[in-house]
Amino acid sequence: MSVHLAYLVAGWLFLVGAYGIVVSRDLVHAVVCLSVAQSSSYVLLLSVGYRRGATSPVFADIPPGSPVVDPVVQALVFTDVVVSATITALLLALAIQAEKRSGSANPGRVSGLRG
Amino acid sequence: MSTRTRLVVFAVGALVLAVAYVAAADLLPGFGATSHPYGSRAVNAAVNHRTPNSISSVSFDQRGFDTLGEEFILVLSVVGTMLLLREAPGEEEEDAGSGDDTGDDGAGGQGRPPGASPPDAVRLAGYLMLPLTCLVGGYLVAHGHLSPGGGFQGGVALATGVHLLYLAGDYQALDRFRTLPPFEVAEAVGAGGFVAVGAAALLVGAAFLSNVLPKGTWLALVSAGTVPVLNVAAGVAVVSGLMVLLGEFLEQTLVVREEEGSP
Repeated sequence: MSVHLAYLVAGWLFLVGAYGIVVSRDLVHAVVCLSVAQSSSYVLLLSVGYRRGATSPVFADIPPGSPVVDPVVQALVFTDVVVSATITALLLALAIQAEKRSGSANPGRVSGLRG
Repeated sequence: MSTRTRLVVFAVGALVLAVAYVAAADLLPGFGATSHPYGSRAVNAAVNHRTPNSISSVSFDQRGFDTLGEEFILVLSVVGTMLLLREAPGEEEEDAGSGDDTGDDGAGGQGRPPGASPPDAVRLAGYLMLPLTCLVGGYLVAHGHLSPGGGFQGGVALATGVHLLYLAGDYQALDRFRTLPPFEVAEAVGAGGFVAVGAAALLVGAAFLSNVLPKGTWLALVSAGTVPVLNVAAGVAVVSGLMVLLGEFLEQTLVVREEEGSP
């Protein structure tokens, strides 16, 4: 059994981001940790699509048919990045609201629902 | 739940996940392997549709429907942020046009001492970079089907370029230069344009979002069928979405104040 380091890095990134969320004492910190955890999916997808000795899948300056890395996973990563950025914005807006309502950005103190 | 209990629960979950993940990763194709069945098929399809940037081809041609969903995630999160950051009861907007005398409470105004303008080097760099960044952004959108880039990436570059005005000048300069309501409309137009291009394919009897336009010549600016059109639609939606998003956050920090006497 030999797992390549790139796959292990992806798993480690996810766990370290999740750990950050668990011990987080600030909502902004938690949002950043979520971004770290999410970046594990970029690493995993790009490692799956990597091909030794290949170049980027853009045929503007290389002849079609040259060995290229997998464009499908790159498109998935691209979607992932866009969604990650917009969700981060939404979560930060939620953090601002939580801080305004409860006077604290500490998730331990932001508890209970208030109308 | 105390932090200690949380950590124990996390440790158990993390351990199970780590073991399962390593076992699963062991069955993945080897790193750097030469066989990428989906990749080679996607590359062939991209070349057949005369789209040199095969990532754009995958995003806007082969799986355009997913990108439509992605674009609506963007639009919805912008709408959600606007909703969350709207003026709450007990808050008032400071008059953003009243100039430097508003920044007297240290936290106010533009995040720097009243009357101070950014260092000359920052101003110069900002004003030099502003047109350059906007040009690069426009290039990225227009050439998304030929070279690395596209509507989403170019849109982000364009929106960033405009916000250099805030770094080089101040919030008032940015506020005069861009007013948010037209961008709110443009965002809807961009997202709606994407759907309209997809629906136009239905008129000629093809499937939704299929690439029905003539494909043109390899590497020409007008080629690859609907890909550049969809790139522009996505670019418009992303520029306006980011403008509104950043505008809302800037307004939140720089303009909105609690009313006198409110808790």
